[in-house]
Amino acid sequence: MASYQNIFTQVQLRGAPEMGPPLPAGDAARTGKPGFNYWMGKLGNAQLGPIYLGTLGSLSLIFGLIAFEIIGLNMLASVNWDPIQFVRQLFWLALEPPAPEWGFSPFVPLAEGGWFILAGAFFTLSVMLWWARTYRRARQLNMGTHVAWAFASAIWLMLVLGFIRPLLMGSWAEAVPYGIFPHLDWTAAFSIRYGNLFYNPFHALSIVFLYGSTLLFAMHGATILAVGRYGGEREIEQITDRGTASERAALFWRWTMGFNASMESIHRWAWWFAVLTTLTGGIGILLTGTVVDNWYLFAQEHGYAPIYPSTGVVDPATLPGAGQ
Amino acid sequence: MTQKRFAIVLTAGFSLALSGCEFGPKATSQNGYRGTAMNQVVNNKYVTPQQAIPANIYETPDDSGPRAGETYQNVQVLAGLSTERFNHFMAQMNNWVVPAGLPETEQGCNYCHNPNNMASDEKYQKVAARKMIQMNQAINVNYTSHVKETGVSCWTCHRGNAIPLNRWSIDAPEGNGTIVGQRWGQNKPDPRVGFASLPGGSAAKYWLGSTSMVARVNNPNIHPSPDHIVSTKDAEQVYGIMIQMSTALGVNCTYCHNSGSFQAWNMSTPQRALAWYGIKMVQHSNENYVTPLGSVLPASQKGPGGDPYKINCATCHNGINKPLYGVSMRAENPALWPASYSQSNAPLMGMKAAAAVPAAPAAPGGGSPAGR
Repeated sequence: MASYQNIFTQVQLRGAPEMGPPLPAGDAARTGKPGFNYWMGKLGNAQLGPIYLGTLGSLSLIFGLIAFEIIGLNMLASVNWDPIQFVRQLFWLALEPPAPEWGFSPFVPLAEGGWFILAGAFFTLSVMLWWARTYRRARQLNMGTHVAWAFASAIWLMLVLGFIRPLLMGSWAEAVPYGIFPHLDWTAAFSIRYGNLFYNPFHALSIVFLYGSTLLFAMHGATILAVGRYGGEREIEQITDRGTASERAALFWRWTMGFNASMESIHRWAWWFAVLTTLTGGIGILLTGTVVDNWYLFAQEHGYAPIYPSTGVVDPATLPGAGQ
Repeated sequence: MTQKRFAIVLTAGFSLALSGCEFGPKATSQNGYRGTAMNQVVNNKYVTPQQAIPANIYETPDDSGPRAGETYQNVQVLAGLSTERFNHFMAQMNNWVVPAGLPETEQGCNYCHNPNNMASDEKYQKVAARKMIQMNQAINVNYTSHVKETGVSCWTCHRGNAIPLNRWSIDAPEGNGTIVGQRWGQNKPDPRVGFASLPGGSAAKYWLGSTSMVARVNNPNIHPSPDHIVSTKDAEQVYGIMIQMSTALGVNCTYCHNSGSFQAWNMSTPQRALAWYGIKMVQHSNENYVTPLGSVLPASQKGPGGDPYKINCATCHNGINKPLYGVSMRAENPALWPASYSQSNAPLMGMKAAAAVPAAPAAPGGGSPAGR
């Protein structure tokens, strides 16, 4: 007989599936016959479904699938439609943006990068519709729209990388290629082209919030697990109705580092750190090549790049008789 | 309990697998200011060994006696050498490029010469060899900024092969205007760029000659300027060629660059300036000596793009930062270190011009019109 329940020792109840509150008039019905899965119950809730798809969700999935197919079929074509090579080389394959000579023209032949523009258009459409869905579902449940706005921050970075910055630069070639290794190599090349992104202050902020997010996540996750034996995972109840779990969690941090977040504020901390990661990251990317073309020189001018002793090496191209 | 043990084994296994260690001792050295990651880390296991340099085939004769140009006909580049030295150098080349042990048609004097008429230029191999001797002389005389007093010889590159093993040629075109087979020269596991998805064929963009792209993708100004419109795609090309350079020399980026700013010369090591002259040398050599051979070489001696195999850093360096670990072959082979070399000698001297050469060797003193 299980004596207490938390995420690791949850007793899996089996009965009539929970179907959720009735939907307002005009909404499509929730679809799917709910079932239970023992292993899903190990990770979270054992009940799967029903799901609400609705117009926004359905359209989003359709457009997303089109983008996925465009990218995948372009990759498959690049290995001469060979499924074995497609699997073997998958991490290397890419759908590349148009070359610089096409500028930001929307009319690029499909084989020259037109497929990239189309994939981006469908992908963006899909993501926007999914955003609207998260907003609308939250409203329908009389929730706040925090999820939607956090998602919007990620969409901001995505749009800056794939659309807004290429638009401002007047060149599709500035967009990120679709592909596992190709987008990583692009990232390295992007940093090299613009004089080391390390010196981009917004890049630095983004990293602070990214690493800060993982730190906060670890602190919060660990705290709640540690007070799980007192029912600490029932955080929402404890926000309004403090119990021994909440009090202990707070005292632990106050006595450890002199300050403690509250059951409510820790989630604001986490939300803002996550949101600011992509928000500041997007600003940093947007400024690169549009406002600042060489971050190392920018950092030197503003006095935050260390100046090391010169090695005394001179650019040979500036010497007389250069070339031999 | 079993679950716990399983978890421990799994965690340990993953950590080992992900660590990606190269086992064995490493040699590390600092080559720049402290705290700037200016280090060279060499895995002792993967150090390219020195390849045995062939001994002088016999003692190099002195420069007295009749000139080669007087003794033989159609000596266009080495006519000013003494006949004895000329013969010695021919034997050396033989030993370096087409040594004994290869199939009969691919070794010895007859690889280049018609045995019945040594003066004839009827074999493309001889025309190519002459061009390469010119190139070698040009490098040793005009590019001391890169090769210093050490210089290069045929052996530096050839190592017993008629065509050096480390070479490049222009990639065959891809895609044919469609997306089928179109990789844009990148996005494939390409050993030339260390199996990154970077462009592997960027040598064609940078190593061809004076019209090649300039690799300087960083703006010398802080803010965008109309005189510096360079795409991130160009930076990928540069990244690709830089990986080829570092592989060719068996070094990493910080051998030349401070990764804080790849661009800043005052943070770079002296080797970067040396490499800059090397790039000029490679471009000049390909443009003036290798590419022109396209008109005489048969298709079998060309790359898949239909162009002659060309030079890059690896052709001489062969994975070592100083080719042959700095051993100079100058003392035994003065033929490759003329007192001066001028570009006017470089035009291709093809088979047509040689067709009029008489079959019989000329008597000593017959003379050849061409200078050295």
